[in-house]
Amino acid sequence: MAIGDKSGLSPGGATRDAFGKALETLGERFPEVVVVDGDVGNSTRTEAFAKAFPDRAFNVGIAEANMVSIAGGLASCGKTPVVASFAAFLLCNAYDQIRMSVTFPAQNVKLVGSHSGISIGEDGPSQMGIEDVALACSLPGMTVIVPCDEISTAKATEEILQREGPVYLRLGRPAVPRIYEDDSEFVIGRANQLRDGDDLTIIANGLMVAVALDAAAELSEQGISARVLDMHTVKPIDEPAVAAAARETQAIVVAEEHSANGGLGSAVAIAVSRTTPVPIAYVNTGDCYAESGDPDGLLEKYGLTSGRIVEAARSVKAN
Amino acid sequence: MSLENQRPTIEELEDKARVLRRHIIEMTTEAGSGHPTSSLSATEVVTAIYFGGFLNYNSAEPDWAERDRFIMSKGHAVPALYAAMAEAGYFPVEDLSTLRKLGSPLEGHPNVRRLAGIEASTGSLGQGLSIGLGQALGCRIDGHDSRVFVVMGDGEMGEGQVWEAIATAHKYQVGSLTAIVDQNGYQQTGATSDVLDLTPFAPKIESFGWHVQTINGNNMSEVVAALETAVGITDRPTAIVAETQKGFGILPVLEEAGDMNFHGQALSAEVAEKALAHLG
Repeated sequence: MAIGDKSGLSPGGATRDAFGKALETLGERFPEVVVVDGDVGNSTRTEAFAKAFPDRAFNVGIAEANMVSIAGGLASCGKTPVVASFAAFLLCNAYDQIRMSVTFPAQNVKLVGSHSGISIGEDGPSQMGIEDVALACSLPGMTVIVPCDEISTAKATEEILQREGPVYLRLGRPAVPRIYEDDSEFVIGRANQLRDGDDLTIIANGLMVAVALDAAAELSEQGISARVLDMHTVKPIDEPAVAAAARETQAIVVAEEHSANGGLGSAVAIAVSRTTPVPIAYVNTGDCYAESGDPDGLLEKYGLTSGRIVEAARSVKAN
Repeated sequence: MSLENQRPTIEELEDKARVLRRHIIEMTTEAGSGHPTSSLSATEVVTAIYFGGFLNYNSAEPDWAERDRFIMSKGHAVPALYAAMAEAGYFPVEDLSTLRKLGSPLEGHPNVRRLAGIEASTGSLGQGLSIGLGQALGCRIDGHDSRVFVVMGDGEMGEGQVWEAIATAHKYQVGSLTAIVDQNGYQQTGATSDVLDLTPFAPKIESFGWHVQTINGNNMSEVVAALETAVGITDRPTAIVAETQKGFGILPVLEEAGDMNFHGQALSAEVAEKALAHLG
């Protein structure tokens, strides 16, 4: 059974594809946008923009540190640089450049990390960004967005180009189910409630939103009513939505395709403990590196399934 | 604006360098910390760029889009930059005495968010040339012929990112970018030749397709001549390897104090007094 089947979602494309298409389309409307690429434009999908606007695209080679600092310089001249690479290489390789050339001087740079999480599959752990959200959230002034489908990714792309300041947009490699309609609302920092429920709330982002909806469908069959929130913005997190979920459902499960520390789980835990302390359970890749393999097999082996969310939901309700 | 016509004489620039040196010593000794000797080695270069008619700026309008840019990539030498900026009218000279103090925009390393006229926040070495390259590319897109000057340290050349930027500036034939390597021969723990010897710089940088000059960077005539040559080249990036001495201008005083490196420490009030007397 594929992700989204249990909840009746229709298949969709990859968020990186939606980003690439949106960026190319928006290039005309946003003349200050420039792309800085570390020679992975055909993977991150900035390639289409580079073809349409060759004078506004720079492929600086396999040199992420230089790539990010160049973007900082371009931003200081009023440009809106979009810097895209694999999530792991962008955040881990160029972390200090993001700190010194982007967030510390508060430059208007849009960082886009594709190939996040373990669902990239066969290429293995060296290519899997599982620490990127934690690293991005640690930087003062950074906005961190993890969209779950093509439509919200296209909307997020448009939103970040209009938002002043540093942003990290996290994208995935595989096709993911369609969650939204063309006219659905996407506002940075505001969670979308996809399903209402009284017994607990599943807070998810990225690929795990569809998995969470599957879990909610399963729980419903077991007589448990689960609310599902798409927390696409990890920072600044929608604290009122988290607080309302805690208050109204009294239990929370956080599901994300990221390591156990510093990602959405941590952000939700802080918001819950600050507002309405309730039990929380966590579904993530744990405190380990994964391995090569097919994406579905990896998601199963490393616990990113609707079954695991159901288990977590039952355990957190039992507390 | 034709800057060349306003170029002061070498003697006038040497006088200005002496003023900057006095500021550097006074502000760091007042602060009780900082990197005066790293600033003193770069003083001729900073003086010539700001006051020799090479940098097109307007201190009354620091964000003027068509300005030239100056980046102190070796951010610890920022006292030399603050001294020049004060003399150039970005802020009152009296403010130099607030260096490194709580609430002052004159932080220990340059911070663009605190002080208008600072073009890059530096202090984590190796990033200034990439930032300057990004600025040169941005100005090129906008059709401005702004020049970007980046001053780096010879120890800083150990950062791999510097060489990434050197390669990329060649790829995009960024003729408006000028890098100056302040080769003062010392870094934090000792002589650069002992720590990580990357000399000679000129053939290495040249091999990336840059135009390179090697000069005595504490000789004002040579600095001005090299900058004149550099700004005249617009079809490829240019570098000036400025062979300097750390603490130049007060070397006998440092010798007497028994430390020719003096990295990362302010002169005591007593040594500073001697240094100022020596400068005259």
